[in-house]
Amino acid sequence: MSLHWTQHLILVPVLLPLLVGALLAPLTQGWHRLKYWLSYASLLGLLANAVALIAMTDGGHWQDGMGIYLAANWSAPFGIALLADRLSALMLLLTAVLGLASLHFTRTRWGRIGVHYHTLFQFLLMGINGAFLTHDLFNLFVFFEVMLAASYGLVLHGYNAERIRASMQYIAINLAAALLFLLGTALIYATTGTLNMADLAARVPLLAGDELALFKVGATVLALAFLTKGAMWPLGFWLPTTYAAASPPVAMMLVLMTKVGAYVVLRLWLLIFSDNAGAAAGFGGDALLYGGMATIVFGAAGMLSTDTAGRMAGYAAIVSSGTLLAVIGYGQPALVTAGIYYLIGSTIAVAAFLLLIELIDRIRTPRSAMLALTMEAFAVEDAPDEQTGRGVPAAMAFLSLAFAACALMIAGLPPLSGFVAKFGMFHALLNPHGIGAGTVAVPTSGWILMVLIILSGLLAVISMMRFGVRTFWASGATEAPKLHRSEVAPILFLLGLSVLMTVQAEPMFGYLKRASDDIHRPATYIYRVLAEPTVPGTTSATPSPLSSKEAP
Amino acid sequence: MELVISLAIGIVFGSGIWLVLRPRSFQVLAGLMLMSYAVNLFIFVMGRLWVDAPPLTHAGTTPNPALLADPLPQALVLTAIVIGFATTALYLVVMIGSRGLTGTDHVDGKEPEL
Repeated sequence: MSLHWTQHLILVPVLLPLLVGALLAPLTQGWHRLKYWLSYASLLGLLANAVALIAMTDGGHWQDGMGIYLAANWSAPFGIALLADRLSALMLLLTAVLGLASLHFTRTRWGRIGVHYHTLFQFLLMGINGAFLTHDLFNLFVFFEVMLAASYGLVLHGYNAERIRASMQYIAINLAAALLFLLGTALIYATTGTLNMADLAARVPLLAGDELALFKVGATVLALAFLTKGAMWPLGFWLPTTYAAASPPVAMMLVLMTKVGAYVVLRLWLLIFSDNAGAAAGFGGDALLYGGMATIVFGAAGMLSTDTAGRMAGYAAIVSSGTLLAVIGYGQPALVTAGIYYLIGSTIAVAAFLLLIELIDRIRTPRSAMLALTMEAFAVEDAPDEQTGRGVPAAMAFLSLAFAACALMIAGLPPLSGFVAKFGMFHALLNPHGIGAGTVAVPTSGWILMVLIILSGLLAVISMMRFGVRTFWASGATEAPKLHRSEVAPILFLLGLSVLMTVQAEPMFGYLKRASDDIHRPATYIYRVLAEPTVPGTTSATPSPLSSKEAP
Repeated sequence: MELVISLAIGIVFGSGIWLVLRPRSFQVLAGLMLMSYAVNLFIFVMGRLWVDAPPLTHAGTTPNPALLADPLPQALVLTAIVIGFATTALYLVVMIGSRGLTGTDHVDGKEPEL
């Protein structure tokens, strides 16, 4: 018996970018067209692979919707297990889609100004994909570092003083966070003797006394590392500066990287501190909930306080991170379903907005921006003397409509995906057990969360509108900017996806419900990972870890 | 032995934190390096302290786990050292770039106004 070929697909999201990235490294800049297309082919491959993984996890090809790949044929707690389930397959799809949009955007300009842009980009994808797939804590650290090392290079792409200044802080913060990651991992290993997530979840209920206290310290230190990445207040001050400084196609990948932090918290927290975890159950839930709320407040206030579009996008990403963390900490399966929908929708929205900013900046010359501000400050009414019959240039129409769509998504107004996400979250908060299951009193924290989400939406509307008015109506731009087709297409693509998410909300929520159910059933997961057989005949048989334990 | 090594790790890590909070980029770099040394030692110690216990088994014999040191933290430390070394080197490059482009070694990229 050998491994079914479909199981090798689990490893493709890591191997393909690694190989393509290595292949691109020795090519000089004279080959930039070839580099671009190779990179493109890799992303199309990742996209197809992610779709295939979704089909297999959701289509019943794998038992319990989990495909497991045991690296080097070591059985679960001893080797590294890679696991694809509905949630990770979906995140892989999101990565491939955003990567494709980002790459397409770099075609005319950004991809050509640095020699190793495409190589670093592939390594970044490898790190992100690996972090979504791995189920070993130390391997997660390695993938985090791969992702971060690539992102350090990418943030510096298009080397100027502002990017260097932002990088100095970004790298220092992340190096410190990596050390926290290591400390947490070491403490967890010291108390439980394992790094495999499934084995860890099986052992946590057995901890007691000093060991449990130490384990909690370890988990907290580890969480600090993820929350720094996920920009929870007060760990997220680095984010707006970095986003505003990075080149747009890189910044949109950074948006995804903050979501990696949130994803890991979602998965690990629900797994390790689930209701089955005995004395450790629910540890830190309040910290996530209130930390998330504080993050929403910080992000919303930040959005209102800035008039730079890049920083605004950064604060919007902070708001979305905060909402997610609060949703996770609230500890309710139905809410997590809506939360994942929100994660995807808001990531796409902020990513599209970041790409749009560069195009908008072309009409927002420093002179016109200053003029708009001055007129506002002195309350000058700028009534046009006469109506001229000139039509709006197509480029301007595209920019303003796309901006309006982004604003709607970020603020969560109908009819786009942001509204569906917020509606879903409120529905879950108000009806914890579904419609018709009787009225249940909503706890105060639930009400506070709802108020904060609505208020953050309101503040987002105000700040986006202010920016839109200053840019499109008061800038006095008479000439339409030159837009390249390769720059317009990814924005249209992302906005189209958002429309699709809205139209297809029902099947999507169905899928997310199953994904959320998967991660709320740790027992099945633990059993599946630890019972996964190795391929016989290639190595001497390793003793099955389950022989001494009872299957749930 | 436990007390000595935990004090040593604490002192190195503490000095690292102090240096990281300093305004000059070289101090920050030195602080990060000190912190990573402390963390590496910490990981090593998390496999418990052993004297005269090898982390390897001899081929052909049945190993007795009580006589062997835990090999896993040692493997982790190796990985952590390599990754830490690489990222620190990268930070050094950015630091030199920043010094060249902004003309100052302050972490904010500009001298504070006095």
